[in-house]
Amino acid sequence: MIHKYELNGLYIVLDVNSGGVHIVDELTYALLDHAAPPFAEECPPEILAAMSGYDPEEVRESYRELAALYEEKILFSPDEYEKFAAHAVASPVKAMCLNIAHDCNLRCQYCFASTGDFGTGRKLMTPETGRLAIDFLLERSGNRKNLELDFFGGEPLMNFDTVKEVVRYARSKESGCGKRFRFTITTNGLLLDDDKIDFINREMHNVVLSIDGRKEVNDRMRRTVGGKGCYDIILPKFRELVSRRSRDKDWYVRGTFTKHNLDFSEDVFSLYEAGFDQISVEPVVSDPACDYALTEEDLPAVFAEYERLAKRLLEQDKKGKHIHFFHFMIDLDQGPCAVKRLRGCGCGNEYVAVTPDGDIYPCHQFVGMEEYRMGNLHEGTFDTEMQQQFAKTHIYAKPACRDCWAKFYCSGGCNANNYQYQGDILKAHPLSCEMERKRVECAIMMQAVKAL
Amino acid sequence: MKHVVTINQANLKESAHKGGCGNCQASCQSACKTSCTVANQKCEREEK
Repeated sequence: MIHKYELNGLYIVLDVNSGGVHIVDELTYALLDHAAPPFAEECPPEILAAMSGYDPEEVRESYRELAALYEEKILFSPDEYEKFAAHAVASPVKAMCLNIAHDCNLRCQYCFASTGDFGTGRKLMTPETGRLAIDFLLERSGNRKNLELDFFGGEPLMNFDTVKEVVRYARSKESGCGKRFRFTITTNGLLLDDDKIDFINREMHNVVLSIDGRKEVNDRMRRTVGGKGCYDIILPKFRELVSRRSRDKDWYVRGTFTKHNLDFSEDVFSLYEAGFDQISVEPVVSDPACDYALTEEDLPAVFAEYERLAKRLLEQDKKGKHIHFFHFMIDLDQGPCAVKRLRGCGCGNEYVAVTPDGDIYPCHQFVGMEEYRMGNLHEGTFDTEMQQQFAKTHIYAKPACRDCWAKFYCSGGCNANNYQYQGDILKAHPLSCEMERKRVECAIMMQAVKAL
Repeated sequence: MKHVVTINQANLKESAHKGGCGNCQASCQSACKTSCTVANQKCEREEK
């Protein structure tokens, strides 16, 4: 399978199964509408006839080049991965989202967690439950050395004593168990102060700072309980945290765009102008009935904006002002292995979420869906049959993914979105797929510009 | 080649045979939390 597209003046051909990316001239791009395996020794007359607008000798030459790439198995290469998918079984659990607080001090209009409590009542996780979560991860992680724990919510800073205790407890177990914990915290920033910044910058491998971009965009959706925008409160705190953060540790400012800011590249650049160069701005996922929801009619505008953003980022690069935009980051040579790409996010299999009550769900997006409750830390239960089910949610189990050129880049999308909006974890959510494909096209184009 | 420039190693197939160690980051643990992306993760295999 190949995927070809034209973007930013480049004719790009992706060989899906080898991962090969080829930049071709306009003639070859046109020839690929007609040439496909099996390749003949010389370009067949019917293809020359179909390419009558081009110099026949050039067409023959291009045809030979395509045939050589085919022989090298980097064009029209076969799909040899399904055998790996067929052996998909439950893995050790290596990552956990700890919903440390089912409560929040913001009332963001688009919150998938029902303004913090996931529809299950406002609660904070006790230190005891936090320690049980660490024990669960240690027991279930097999030979995995790197364990990941994300402090999430609600708003985790509303329960910071438990955050500190969980970190202390996990660190105390590291050397004895031969494990390394990598902590992430996702925060809206309202409660950040010097002590919390110091702790976060010392202990957290990654920090995700929630802010949507321009002040008016942020404040429209991200409001305090009293109904006021939070931009002016959080911006100085985020700047302080980032300015004091060691360069070898990760962080992102992370925003959400909606139908109200389809010109979201302005938000990316607003964040950059505000002093941040590690940026993720992502599409809202919501009930289509909401006034801010992205719908199919918005796709042309979203696509155009992704293209505009990609070109603006390339211009920035030329000026030596690099912006890391999370969704355009792609490494065409040293990225994840094919086995990882088959499995996708790993939710419900190697990744789970835990609520303040100790309930275990496949991931944070499934929290509150009783039919997907996998167990409880206090009861000592964990549904390994459901884990097996999630282990098999690979791209070959998803009908829409099998024939999708982007399957090795997105790896099957979000199972929770699939369930929530399509009624089945194996049915891809078309709107998300469309945007994902566009992002991958832009990301590859940017790599091509840099490589040429 | 005159008509085609290949810009990467196209090594996905090789990665399958020595892959699957599981030491890399779970993809939803990075920045996204809503819009799954896997291709931007790093390989963290200790012996390649």
